[in-house]
Amino acid sequence: MKTKYDILVVDDEQIIIDAVIKICTTESLKVDATTDAQKAWIKVGKNHYRLIICDLMLPGMDGFQLLEKMKPLDISTAFIVTTGYSTIENAVKSLYLGAIDFLPKPFTSDEFCSAVKRALKYIEIREKHVLKDADSSDDLILYVPCPAKYFRLGYGSWLTRDVNGTVMVGVTDLFLKTVESVDHIKMLEKEQEIFQGNPCAVLETRDGMQHGILAPISGKIIENNGQLKGEITLIEKDPFFKGWLYRVIPDDLGYQMKYLIPGGSEEL
Amino acid sequence: MLKKIGYKLIIAVGLTAVVIIGVYSYINIVSQSEVLLAEVERHAIQQSETVKNSTRYGMLLNQRDHIHEIINTVGAQPSIRDVRILNKDGEIIYSSEPEDIGKMVDKNAESCYVCHAEDKPIQRLSTEDRTRIFRIDEDSSRVLGVINPIYTESSCWNAACHAHSREQTVLGVLDVTMSLTEVDEQIRSSEVKMVAFAIVAIIAVSLIIGVFVRKWVDTPVNELVKATKQVAGGNLKYSIENISRDELGELERSFNIMIKKLAEARIQLFQSDKMASLGRLAAGVAHEINNPLTGILTYSSFLLKRNEHNPQLHDDLSVIVREAKRSREIVKSLLDFARQSIPRKEAADINVVIRQALKVVENQLSINKIEVVQNLDETMPRVVMDSNQMQQVFINLLVNAADAMGPDGGTITIRTVSIQLSPFGIAQIKSATCPKNHSLIDNEFKIGGLSSIKLKVKLVGDEGIIHIDPIYGKHDNHCNISVPHNTITPLFCPDCDISLVDENKKCPVCTSPVYSIVVPRQGILEGCTKSGCYWQKWDAADLGGERPYVEIYVSDTGCGIREEDLARIFEPFFTTKGQSGTGLGLAVIWGIIDNHEGTITVDSSVGEGSTFRIRLPA
Repeated sequence: MKTKYDILVVDDEQIIIDAVIKICTTESLKVDATTDAQKAWIKVGKNHYRLIICDLMLPGMDGFQLLEKMKPLDISTAFIVTTGYSTIENAVKSLYLGAIDFLPKPFTSDEFCSAVKRALKYIEIREKHVLKDADSSDDLILYVPCPAKYFRLGYGSWLTRDVNGTVMVGVTDLFLKTVESVDHIKMLEKEQEIFQGNPCAVLETRDGMQHGILAPISGKIIENNGQLKGEITLIEKDPFFKGWLYRVIPDDLGYQMKYLIPGGSEEL
Repeated sequence: MLKKIGYKLIIAVGLTAVVIIGVYSYINIVSQSEVLLAEVERHAIQQSETVKNSTRYGMLLNQRDHIHEIINTVGAQPSIRDVRILNKDGEIIYSSEPEDIGKMVDKNAESCYVCHAEDKPIQRLSTEDRTRIFRIDEDSSRVLGVINPIYTESSCWNAACHAHSREQTVLGVLDVTMSLTEVDEQIRSSEVKMVAFAIVAIIAVSLIIGVFVRKWVDTPVNELVKATKQVAGGNLKYSIENISRDELGELERSFNIMIKKLAEARIQLFQSDKMASLGRLAAGVAHEINNPLTGILTYSSFLLKRNEHNPQLHDDLSVIVREAKRSREIVKSLLDFARQSIPRKEAADINVVIRQALKVVENQLSINKIEVVQNLDETMPRVVMDSNQMQQVFINLLVNAADAMGPDGGTITIRTVSIQLSPFGIAQIKSATCPKNHSLIDNEFKIGGLSSIKLKVKLVGDEGIIHIDPIYGKHDNHCNISVPHNTITPLFCPDCDISLVDENKKCPVCTSPVYSIVVPRQGILEGCTKSGCYWQKWDAADLGGERPYVEIYVSDTGCGIREEDLARIFEPFFTTKGQSGTGLGLAVIWGIIDNHEGTITVDSSVGEGSTFRIRLPA
């Protein structure tokens, strides 16, 4: 019988493992840890983890390699990437490779908690969808998939081309479902720049958590959805149309599109 | 010795002088001795004629004693060696040397040779042929001999004595010889004088040439050699002074320019090299620091969350969390800096940024006995900026101010005000092109520290370059030819010569034609072509109308900045702190402010202090 853990932490720095364990224990999560991706790979074979939080730069096998090895296993384990070498490129690449989130070091316990919270919720939704034929329970969480002609960064944010070379940017329904009960949104203003893979808006939930939305593209904001400030429920009601966030003039759409996943192919 | 160009030139000139003066002296001596000899010859002939004439009567009467007497008297003269009269057969009849009388002279002897060389003796002789110069023996001085043939006359054959027949043409020869000792001495002495003169002249010419060569060639060449050695040794700040107006001066000038360019290129290379290694370092440091920082941030934020009900602990922990977050931003900006990325700008309160900067240097300032006076306007509009970078600006300014005040301390005053400014006289034209897309921005020629706009100006019979002030509405233009007041100046692109003047558009002030320059993505800048008329229009800038700005003044009571340094303090690597400064602090500040579309200026008087004014668009 496989031991069930909530989280596996892979990091070559003991202090980070200690910190994560400390935070997770307070949140009543069961944590396993290792400092080596090779050992992590063995652990994945032996035990069951709902979430793996893995550093990108590791001795021997690195985070990207572990992520790629995990992919064909088709087990319901979510993967969050962390690294001190926080380049936008790394974040975007890991999301394209199947990581559900990117947590740049150093992070606060709140940032960590909100990422873990979303990830666990994501797993929960996913497991329910996988099992929905066998057990058509009532608590199945339905979400609207990303429409065709839309592109998404990981599962969190989307963009679609609009008139005059501008693109519309928003947040996916699945992300909102993992966040739950959005209370307030902090948005950037017109004329400001957003950068692919960097937070472009922050969702605040009723439980006081903050969830950053990673921008799917770099560019200059020429319009933001003012309606959202007055009516925050709009984002949950219609995330792909009326609940858009920004209209953006992209800097380099052609290049940055290569790490975006086309909508319609709704594979988690 | 021949390795020096100066000596080579002196030797070349000296040799030329030797040849010229030598030839001249030779010709001079030759002609002088000819003149002297001619004089002696004339004198000898005269003497000979005198002897001949004075003995004529004696001859006719055959008064031999009388003739002897005359010959002896004449022969006794010091310049005359001897006087002889020979008869046709060569017998010496009379002579000033009595022992010679009666002797026969060989017809082959030098005195007879002229006439008797050929078989038949010639009877008439030209004056020239009558003289001869010879030496009695090897060691004696030269002697000039004049033979004077005594021709027969009617009275000779008519005389009663019938001594001579009518057929005899030449009765005898009067031979006068004169010593040339005196003349030879004269010639020798003038030869000596000539040689002496030649030597003195050659030395004098060489010396004079030497002086000028030293002045015009040696000194500048040595200066150039010294400069190249300095530069080779790494001193790119060296520049040649006292430049002359000749080609070597031109060389020195272009050398100076070359070194300046080289220094700039090296600084740029150095800078980019430094940036590259700094980038590698930053990436490494970021990774290394981020792990321990994660420990600090996670633990402190975790503790903060668990101690929300303990206000004392909560406050202290939030300081740790805040500063750890700031460190995180610093590391991030280090990485951004390494990647030369765009600053992370967001609307922020400049007063908050200033207070944070003050907190960072608080300790350092109080140790240096510096009092900080804050005059912050609390109704400041928010400014879109990168708070971390801007904080760095104020930290640098405060540290500079502290350095300027020394150990006795002083006062730093920080004042913020919000103002409204029209773009006229403020907005900078950062890029400008002609209609054919040639850039008109001249980074070499700066006006007020900013790259100017370079245009070609063509007047009747004259052509030049005008540098237009890049600040819209500020007319600190510079032209390299003189333009009379109230003249229309046709302007052209210096690259393609396309006219920038639109004849159809008239200046609303003076109705002169208007020039127009394309400002990429920001419309067109128009201006009046008449010198002295200051009309300019830039619709794209005017459109915004008066814009709000924030002004921040940082004043100190330090040592001040010298007038000559003021223009250079924002240049990279310019430092007055010697080895302890990198000369990059103010350059970095300038870069950050420029990146925020702002301006920074400084006002200073030595001994009283400096005031930096930063102006940022709100």
